[in-house]
Amino acid sequence: MRKFYTLLSREVRSYFHSPIAYVVLIFFLLIAGVDFYFQVSFMNQRQVQYTVQEAFFNSVFFWFAFVMIFPLITMRLFAEEFKLGTIEPLMTAPVRDWQVVLSKFFGALIFYIILWIPPAFYFVIFQYIAGQPAAHSAGAYLGSYLMLLLLGMFYLSIGCLASVLTKNQIIAAIISFCAITLLFFLGLVQFILLDVSSATRDLLGYFSAIEHMGTFSRGVIDTRPIVFYLSMTAVILALTYQAFQSRKWRL
Amino acid sequence: MIKVENLTKRYAGQPAIQDLNFEVGKGEIMGFLGPNGAGKTTTMRILASFMPPTSGRATVAGFDVFAQSLQARAHLGYMPENVPLYSDMRVTEYLDYRAALKGVPHRRVAERVGDVKELCGLKEVENKLIAALSKGYRQRVGLADALLHEPDLLILDEPTIGLDPNQIRQVRDLIKNLGKQHTILLSTHILPEVEMTCSRVIIIHKGRIEACDTPESLLGKIRQAGGVLVEAKVGADNGAEELKKIPGVRDVIVDSDGDWKLFSLRVESGADVREEIFRLATARQWSVRELTQRRATLEDVFVEITHSDSV
Repeated sequence: MRKFYTLLSREVRSYFHSPIAYVVLIFFLLIAGVDFYFQVSFMNQRQVQYTVQEAFFNSVFFWFAFVMIFPLITMRLFAEEFKLGTIEPLMTAPVRDWQVVLSKFFGALIFYIILWIPPAFYFVIFQYIAGQPAAHSAGAYLGSYLMLLLLGMFYLSIGCLASVLTKNQIIAAIISFCAITLLFFLGLVQFILLDVSSATRDLLGYFSAIEHMGTFSRGVIDTRPIVFYLSMTAVILALTYQAFQSRKWRL
Repeated sequence: MIKVENLTKRYAGQPAIQDLNFEVGKGEIMGFLGPNGAGKTTTMRILASFMPPTSGRATVAGFDVFAQSLQARAHLGYMPENVPLYSDMRVTEYLDYRAALKGVPHRRVAERVGDVKELCGLKEVENKLIAALSKGYRQRVGLADALLHEPDLLILDEPTIGLDPNQIRQVRDLIKNLGKQHTILLSTHILPEVEMTCSRVIIIHKGRIEACDTPESLLGKIRQAGGVLVEAKVGADNGAEELKKIPGVRDVIVDSDGDWKLFSLRVESGADVREEIFRLATARQWSVRELTQRRATLEDVFVEITHSDSV
């Protein structure tokens, strides 16, 4: 456990040693800030049926920034170690492969969670200034942040898998960006294909991140997406572990 | 400490090493020599459990490098070629991290990190970023890292490559000192260094072991055991012909510098012809201003074994 913790703390620290962390943080804060500002000004001008918090988590701005950050966070995880050769001292130290894979995944997850702390204050500030809550209940906050965590785990695991496949960070970023975007658009197909049978539309609906976020940000905690995202994360991490081990036979 | 049996590694069908068999005993300093691409790094990477062999077996401190790789790695300090390091970390920070990773007990980390910094001369750069270090210091950080967990065995892949002569001397002294407590397997291209530090030498060529012996007996075995250099004024005599008559002399090459002639003699193994040359010179009244026995070096052995024509 100590070795895992050592690896994990090195992973988290390495984010803040590189400029990538700060660039991603600024990029993300900027877009989240613009998103929040637009949603509030939009709602000031007309009568709407949803809350500020719901609008924030379901806008185009949010999804655009959201899909972009995962390749940026994960591209360097393994690819950089392969490229610089630092994988050699790492893997000749007495550490297990799964410790390395999990430490990289959880390191990325911790950075991702840190990324989400500042936007949480938007709602606090809103409440302070507007004198009314940004969401209709505490469950709505809980639901949207839970969905952020679940989606984050799933997409970060995809990023890990992409990074373990190559020693080129750009290629890793492109693979994970394409995979995440395709998954994301799979959820939109149900709105495009109107003539398909309702069973297909329902099936695609199960994959839809937009729909999941829609329900969770209203405060409705549905267990199906929870099981779906957790099990998919486990599967992708298992694949990452296999791909990481296979490097020995490909060298 | 190290036992290698029929070790073979193929890359895409091409053999990198073939049927290696050797042992390194406790307390030995084993030199691992061979031209670039001979399979030195491959062998060392297999021993360090970085990659598995295609076939054959290797054990480190009694642990199989594949089946019991974690225990094998715990007993081994490995310094890879070119010393890849995390350039975003500071020297002490990196060594602390490596010590924890190698399972050095928590309360001993500070002591061990202090010791290896002292030993490898890293005190003056301990707070520097690794990215800002010179090649020599990076090399020393790699060596310090290999020593952190007090391993029984050190595997060093070209520890002196890219260093200047002073640094090479420092590293050589360091290795010699380490050899008192550790078993060491090191690869290098600097042959005088091997003669000075290693108790035994393996010469590997095209993936096969061509020689494995002490430096002294390797030198004894070599055919061109060395030579004698004579610089003399021989007047009208045909010096080369006269010198060739001395028993033990195989060949004479002449170079002239005005009146002075420089004779390079190749002599048979074990023969010392200098006294005969002196007698010949006094008898013929040659003036001699140089008479030197050139010892065969490991370099001669290396060239003889690995030069493709002579294999």
